[in-house]
Amino acid sequence: MKDKMIKVGKISDVPEGEGRVFRLGRSEIAIFRLDSAIFVVDNKCPHKSGPLADGIVAGDEVICPLHGHRFNLKTGLSVGDDERINTYPVFVEGEDLFIEDGFAE
Amino acid sequence: MGKRLVVIGNGIAGIATVDEVLRFDPDMQISIFGKEPHLGYNRVLLSEVLAGKMGMDSIYLKNRDWYDKNNIDLHLGVKVIGIDTLNKKITAEDGSTINYDSLLVATGSSSYIPPIKGVEKEGVFPFRNIEDTEGILNGARDSIYDGKVIASVVYDPEGILEKVKMSKRALVIGGGLLGLEAARALSLHGVEVTIAHIMERLMEQYLDETASGMLKDEMERMGIRVLLNCEAVEILGYPRVRGVSFRDGGIYDTDLVVIAAGIRPNLGLAVSSGIMVDRGILVDDHMETSVKDIYAIGECAEHRGRTYGLVAPIMEQAKVAAEAVCNRDGAIYEGSIPASVLKVMGINLMSIGEFSGQPGDLEEIVYKDLSASIYRKILVKENRVAGAILLGDVNDGPRILRLIKEGIDISSVRSRILFGDQSSGAAVMTDADLVCRCMGITKGMIVTAIEEHGITSLNGVAQHTKACTSCRGCSPIIDQILQEVLGGDYSVEPKDPPICSCINLPQRELREKIIEKGLKSVKSVLINFATAPGCDKCKPAISYLLNEIWIDDYEENRSARFINDRVHANIQKDGSFSVIPRVPGGVVTSEELRRIANVADKYKVPMVKITGGQRISLLGIRKDQLPFIWSDLGMRSGHAYTKAVRTCKTCVGNLFCRVGLQDSIGLGIAMESRFQGVSTPAKIKMGVSGCPRNCAEATIKDIGVVGIQDGWEVYVGGNGGNRVRSADLLVSVKSGDDAIRISGLFLQYYREDGRFGERTSSFVERIGMDKIKETLFDDSLKNVRLGERLDLSLAVLKDPWEEGSKPVAVRQFEELGAYEG
Repeated sequence: MKDKMIKVGKISDVPEGEGRVFRLGRSEIAIFRLDSAIFVVDNKCPHKSGPLADGIVAGDEVICPLHGHRFNLKTGLSVGDDERINTYPVFVEGEDLFIEDGFAE
Repeated sequence: MGKRLVVIGNGIAGIATVDEVLRFDPDMQISIFGKEPHLGYNRVLLSEVLAGKMGMDSIYLKNRDWYDKNNIDLHLGVKVIGIDTLNKKITAEDGSTINYDSLLVATGSSSYIPPIKGVEKEGVFPFRNIEDTEGILNGARDSIYDGKVIASVVYDPEGILEKVKMSKRALVIGGGLLGLEAARALSLHGVEVTIAHIMERLMEQYLDETASGMLKDEMERMGIRVLLNCEAVEILGYPRVRGVSFRDGGIYDTDLVVIAAGIRPNLGLAVSSGIMVDRGILVDDHMETSVKDIYAIGECAEHRGRTYGLVAPIMEQAKVAAEAVCNRDGAIYEGSIPASVLKVMGINLMSIGEFSGQPGDLEEIVYKDLSASIYRKILVKENRVAGAILLGDVNDGPRILRLIKEGIDISSVRSRILFGDQSSGAAVMTDADLVCRCMGITKGMIVTAIEEHGITSLNGVAQHTKACTSCRGCSPIIDQILQEVLGGDYSVEPKDPPICSCINLPQRELREKIIEKGLKSVKSVLINFATAPGCDKCKPAISYLLNEIWIDDYEENRSARFINDRVHANIQKDGSFSVIPRVPGGVVTSEELRRIANVADKYKVPMVKITGGQRISLLGIRKDQLPFIWSDLGMRSGHAYTKAVRTCKTCVGNLFCRVGLQDSIGLGIAMESRFQGVSTPAKIKMGVSGCPRNCAEATIKDIGVVGIQDGWEVYVGGNGGNRVRSADLLVSVKSGDDAIRISGLFLQYYREDGRFGERTSSFVERIGMDKIKETLFDDSLKNVRLGERLDLSLAVLKDPWEEGSKPVAVRQFEELGAYEG
């Protein structure tokens, strides 16, 4: 299983309530830590590619810092607009965070 | 068992009444008959649907749940063909009968087809469906509401649009609202359009000769020809139209004719039932017809000799009818002031109430600028406004409508009446005033939505209320309402708005409670007062308050800060950042310039730009480069990314300038150095000019100081942004030290009483200069405390760019993966 996994960082790399970016090639994902839960979603807002990892989190939603589009981190669905971002399952082993390879495609 | 109300007509009028009735009497049993097979919908938006811009689902006035939930007995696609007024019973075309206690006739109107020979030929279209003309009993198809064309060419099952596209020339018969909008719609499809109007001027029901003439010029400027005094008598050609002949013998070659000659109320059912009609169904001030318990409203009704085809009057009538139906005697309808708006791209035109009068009866106040296409006329009767025509700019419409409605005596403002307070369109509206005339959304509905859902954008308003989803002409007014509610740039606010939908407290109250309870973290404030997890509105606002109240004795939480305040740089559209180092007073050394140049080279900075605040901005910086660039610059943060004291623009002053009176550079540097970076509810820009020529533009700054012969003038509340505001003079002082001291008092007052996000221009208007002066100068206790508290805040300020070498958060500037061991 490890072969297909990519280590994206450690839990302690992400401050509570914030997001951080993991980049692989030209793909970017945003990793959020909220009340000890980890959420992984696309970093780029479908609206104008705003960096969602830099957004303020409201409950389980993140608000894009550029134009305020809002996405549910669990479902990837936007609030109000017809947009969605991909969400990715995250695997925790000790302190380490892994996601499945393939997000970059 | 409740009483039964039967409504004939499932359009805006019928549904608005039912809505009101349900408020008064939820037990009322209601049956609605709609001639069309759909749920009631907003006809104004049909063109949007057919253009593919909106789904059919989004134009229903109510969804099926609403009918179900209110137990409404709905008969769709069923015409009512008879009313037995004696036995209080109606008969529908499917043979069914139903008894009523009250009956509402809201059958609307149909299009009028003038007696022209050959109107049945191919290529001739009424502006609405021709089927509608055959004795329709209820429901008007493709009606006009509020002067807004509904279907125009787009809504036609026969495929007019296709035919339009094949046509090269079109003739529109009728030069009223409907015809003008039809003509413009056709011309947008690339068709050469001519309007033939039987009267001597366009829109003669709403406009005087001057306005009509100017409108004609505008239409012709758009390439639409206008023929006046021109009566079409025959459609030529067979089977398809080839031309139209006119009364004066002229012939116009065309392969498409659109008839937009007006509307006629649908009266057939009323007439055959013995209800009295004239031009419409006659109603009294309770909207009751000549037959007891039968009411009529909307386009089919005639009240005090008038019929209305606009949304606003229909809403007013619906309220009165509902009260009458529910046996509440209070409300009476005294007629509406017709306010019609022509929505043709590129033309702004509004006509309200009376538009011309006999000499000696009405006085005219007129402004006319033919070359700029601006015409404003207000008609005054005994010092009260009776009507108006606005051409070129209609933002002032709500103000004038209000003057008329309230019968305000204008003698004291007469000299300014034509232009009034131009920017206050929304501010003078009441909650009941319509903002979006397409969707029938009032100001009150928008304000409620903004407050309940924490909306901060026009889009948000559109999503939640559907306002501004059609012609979008109301967007400026909605912007004003947003500013008004959110404390943007407007002073007249009926109440203290709550911070956002998470915390239902005005900022002032929240601040008091934070102090009272000694709360020192965002989390504890949210736990105590929020009903939601906290959002991008309240979290930064709470962070601001904690810093302002507790100075440095609180728990800073970066996750509650906007990204700019997490990394001390301004995020740009591509996710990169700008770096603006501090150069107090706009004075920079050659050594600093060299370092800036070196940084630009070393980091391949995409752009180096001189800013409006006399500083230098490095644009296109990656987040992870920030600490290195700050270190290489060796300069302090300019705070150009945050709500804080930013810059002080200066002119050269008496150090070099041959007309300078005072040392503006010296004072500017001192002011900026003293106040730099202290947090404020919204950004603070300052300016110091060395003489009244004011080259530093100090009077459009939040705090501006202007040198005079023997001292300085201190101004506050200026703004050079989206609503330019000239600053107000706060005080004249002898020394620069006094100017700084008093600026500080104002600054602290604003820090404590300003709403998060509220610029000083709005703050000054909200509080009022008298109150501000009283607080700063007369209340010795308060002003001493203000000074002390500001000193405490200034004393602990740190340069946030120090975090470059001492980060306060994990990977504050770095992505994951980088520096992986």
